[in-house]
Order: sequence, then C-alpha cells, then structure tokens
Amino acid sequence: MAKEELPGVLILDIGGTQGVLENLAALLKKHFHLITMKEFLENKEEMSKKIQSVFVFECRPTIDRELLESLPNLKVIGNSGVGVDHLDLKMISSFGVKVTNTPHAVADPTADIGMALMLASARRLVEGCQIAVSPDTKHFAVDWLGVEVTRATLGIIGMGSIGYKVAQRARAFNMRILYHNRNRRRKEEEEAVGAHYCEKMEDLLQQSDFVMLIVNLTPETHRLIGKKELSLMKPTATLINISRGAVIDQDALVEALQSKVIRAAALDVTYPEPLPRDHPLLKLNNIIITPHIGTATVQAIHMMAEEAIANILAVLNGQPIPSEVFPK
Amino acid sequence: MEGQELPYVLIDCIGGMHGVYEDHVGFLQKHFHLITMKEYLENKTLLSKKIRAIYMWYHKPVVNKELLQSLPNLRIVASSGVGIDHLDLNLLSSFGVKVSNTPFIVSTDTADLGMALMLASSRRLVEGYEMAVSPDTEYFPADWLGAEVSGATLGIVGMGTIGYKVAERAKAFEMKILYHNRSQRKKEEESAVGAVYCKKIDDLLQQSDFVLLAVNLTPQTHKLIGKRELELMKPTATLINISRGLIVDQDALVEALQNKVIKAAALDVTYPEPLPRDHPLLKLKNVIITPHIGSATKKTRRIMMEEMTESIQAGIAGLPIPHEVLP
Repeated sequence: MAKEELPGVLILDIGGTQGVLENLAALLKKHFHLITMKEFLENKEEMSKKIQSVFVFECRPTIDRELLESLPNLKVIGNSGVGVDHLDLKMISSFGVKVTNTPHAVADPTADIGMALMLASARRLVEGCQIAVSPDTKHFAVDWLGVEVTRATLGIIGMGSIGYKVAQRARAFNMRILYHNRNRRRKEEEEAVGAHYCEKMEDLLQQSDFVMLIVNLTPETHRLIGKKELSLMKPTATLINISRGAVIDQDALVEALQSKVIRAAALDVTYPEPLPRDHPLLKLNNIIITPHIGTATVQAIHMMAEEAIANILAVLNGQPIPSEVFPK
Repeated sequence: MEGQELPYVLIDCIGGMHGVYEDHVGFLQKHFHLITMKEYLENKTLLSKKIRAIYMWYHKPVVNKELLQSLPNLRIVASSGVGIDHLDLNLLSSFGVKVSNTPFIVSTDTADLGMALMLASSRRLVEGYEMAVSPDTEYFPADWLGAEVSGATLGIVGMGTIGYKVAERAKAFEMKILYHNRSQRKKEEESAVGAVYCKKIDDLLQQSDFVLLAVNLTPQTHKLIGKRELELMKPTATLINISRGLIVDQDALVEALQNKVIKAAALDVTYPEPLPRDHPLLKLKNVIITPHIGSATKKTRRIMMEEMTESIQAGIAGLPIPHEVLP
C-alpha cells in the first residue's frame, strides 16, 4: 500500500527531546501515514482531511477545540500511556472522536517503579549513594539506619491493574497489604495477594508503614491526600506517589515533611513536571523525586506504541476497541 | 557470697560512628557488665581476668593474638552480622575461644537491598533523582529510558538463605531465575521460586540480565568474578554485589564498566570500605554504590544485638551456642 493510502496519523514531531522516538515512528509508519504538526500547519488544507487519528505521546500534541475543528475526518485520539487527565474527554466526545489509552503496557513497569521507590526510600538508597561517593567520606557510620520493607504494612490506594501488580510484588516481601478502592475486589483476587480491604481510607492511612497512591486523576481524586490524610498517617510512614502529582495537596505535603508529620515521601509524579527549581520539595532531605519514569523503559515504550497502534486500527477498521476511554 | 555479679563483656565503645548503639545499652546492661576498650586499657590488671566475652559490633574491638593472650578467661567472641571473613577462626580456636555470628536475621534486609539495588540500577533511579532536583533541569526528556526488571533473567550466584530470599522476591516480578551454588537445592525449593540450577557458572553468566552475588567470602570465592566472568556476561547485563567486595576483582570490574563489557554495576560492598576517594569506581556513571547497608535497619540491628546476647550467655555458661561458627 502506498504511503499516502495509509490512514493519516498526526504526531507532534519525530525525535528530539519531546517528539515521538525514532524507533516508535518506524513502528507507526508500518500502518500509518505519519504527519508531523509542522507538516500539518504548513499544508493544512491538504493534510487536514487525511488525518484520521492523533497519536498522543508524552501528552503531546495538545488536543484543543481549534485542532479538533480543523480535522474533519478525525476518528480517534490514540494516547500512549494510561493517564488521560490531560485530555478533555467531554469536549473530544462532542466531536464524535473516540479516545483510547494503553493500560496493559504500563502496568508492569509502573508497579516496578512503585516498588523501587518504596525500597529506595525505606533503605535511604539515594542518601547512601551520596555518602559512598562523597569526597568527605572517611568511614561508614554503623549507626546509619533505614527502615524495613519486609513484613511492614503497605497500604495501596487504588487497586486497579497497577495496584494489583504492586500487591503481587509486595506479597513476596511478606508485607501486610491493605487496600482502598472504589470497589472491593473479588475474594479470590484478595486472597491471592493477601490483601485486606479498607472501606474507609482513614483505616488504611492509620495502619500503614507505606502508603502508595495508584489512582487515576479525576475530579474525585484531585487532592485526595491533603493535610487531614497526612496527619492520619503514622509519623514513621512513607508516602509514595506513582499516579499524578495533583492527587496530593503539594503544599500540605511540604508542611507534613518539614514538620515530620510523616517520615518521608517518594514521588515519581509532581505538579507541575518538572517542579519550579525553587520549590520547597526540592530542598527537603526526606524526599526522593524521580522524573516521571514509571513507563520509561525501552520495552514499555515499545509496547505502549503497539498497544496504541492496535487501538487506533481497531477504531479505523470498525472492530472492537481494546481500551476505549469514555467521559464520565 | 553476694548476689552474682553480671559477667564482664568487652566492647569497643558506646555511641558515635562505630560504637554499640546507645539505645541497645540498656538491654545489654541487664545481662552484662560492659567494659569499654578504654576502661580495659586503663585497668588491665583488674579487668583482664574478669572478661568472659567480647561483643564485637561491626568488627570492633579488633581481636588479635595480643588481646587473646591477655584475656585468660575469655570464652566467646560474638560477632555482629553474618560475615566472618574478618575473624581468624583458627587463632581463636587455638585459644579455646568460641565464635558466634547472626546469620539469619540479616537475610531479609539484605535480600531487600539486593532487590533495591537491582531496581534502582535498572530504572536509573539515582540519575533520575539528580535530574529531578538539578537546578539546570528545564524539562524531562522523552528519550530518557531505563530497562525493565519485570520479566528479565536474574542469575543468583550463591543460593543460601539470602540468595533464596532474593529468588522469592524476584519471582513476584515474573523474573526468570537461574542460580549457581556449591550444591543444588531440593526440587521443591527450586519449584517454589521457579529457579533453574546452573552447575557451571558460565551458563548463568551468559544468560542473565542481572547477576547477583550472594555468597560467603572464602578462599574459594575470592575474586570469583574476574575478567573472564565479566566477559561471559551480556553487554546489557548488570552486576549486583551484596556479599563482600573481595568476591569481585575490582580492577577487572573497573575495566569492564569503562569498556561497556557489561552495562552497569550496583555494589553494597567494596574493598576496602569506603573506597579511597580517588578510586575509579567512584567516577563511573554506570555504577551505584551504597555504604554497606545490607542489614542497616533499626529492627534488624536490635534483633542482632539480642541474638549476640543470647550467644554470649550460652558461651559463658558452657551451653550449646546459638549461631556458633566452627573453624
């Protein structure tokens, strides 16, 4: 099939620091006629009719009303990644355009990052590395201690696919697992990982040594963890966030960490990303922050593209759509 | 005779960077009359005959021939942690002094740290943290990637208590697990973690994405991993060491990392500790080093102290000693 006969898919760019990675673009090109934003803007009249889908990678390109109005044949926004909080689902739906995400590809690597952050925070790994290489280090102090992960209590807030995979991993560390979720999981699922349901989030917060946030960002989960929730946590507890920054009231978190209301935090996500360079979270020594790398593996990026491609093709071919996202 | 005096136990010092923990002293003093090295040296004549045990906390006090000769009633040296490569077992035995360690309590924390190092290295956690907090960071680049741990192949060299606990944890990440050990584990033990025995270490080295060292340091394991072994590893593989620095030929490791013969290393242990500040390992981008913190949690250290107390009490009473180390 000639390139121009393949369905047109709009992307921001190929390569560079914000564009679709070159090897992913190659994958996409097997199925689609890729049109970059630049090519589109230079030749709107011709290109606009060809575009049947937008492949959104790292939240780009931005999908606004103006763009939607200029793409008469747009059928689907194929998002790379599971979070769709950057998309106005109602508005997109009003144009008759579908939205798909990639929940399967993200689950393992994101669960792994949750475990990595929990272990790194508990055992003070980043601090330890700094001591090990510091020019000032003469001896290793024997009274330098972290806290145990094995047999500690992990409270998972949000027991979807990712949350469940975290529970599977944590179980192997003999952790006591509590979880809070919109809905209770089936008994067999709970028993398989030894997870106890906490209908009230307060109970989970009060009993956990590690609290891990694995929810979608929605109006209901916006600032789910604020001053009240932080003060319910144990003073020896660690908060881990692998969802979205806006799930936490960041100002309340700063205060809680400064006043040792909780022991520490480990965040893969903040609001915004990156934080302003003078943000108080960057100055605290009881926090580790990673640059939103939950799915930043060679394997995951590839799988996400494949999952997005499958979703886009399903929409364009009128087949059952594996992962469609609907507005509330 | 008046109420029995508590047995005299020699320690290095209390508090500071190297001493017995201040919050352990209360417990210890219920059972022993603690004598610091300083007190001992100031009053050798009176104290030398009274000392029945040495509480060796992180290799201190150093026990040498001179000290053994001056402590005629010494029955036992209780050493913290599992490693005993710092002790001259034959020398101690020749003085009729027994030795104990704390072999099992350290195992879960050490296995946890092994997993922590593997995840941190593979996902570039320390680098990522530095980027997240650097004053120069303006945005997070999309092409910054690590490698997946889930589903990868882990080769465990040394499948003792610690190695097995690592396998239990790695299984939950759906890792394929290979192991090399002096002897093969029982079939049920292998099945429980899905571990495949590699009689030849070469097979393990060639197939693993992560090679984790969890052996004792003995003459047989000294420089177990050298140039040859590193070259057998995949160029995409990571070496993780939670045993002892001397298991690895450090010069060969530096070269392998510089030439990308292997991808990366994550070391909780080096030789010496700490490394000299100008050591090449400290400058390499593809290494993370932690300051020997395998068992460094409050709970574990407390239990270690309690186990050492038990061993000392048994040693002094002439009873079977929990966690005795035989020469």
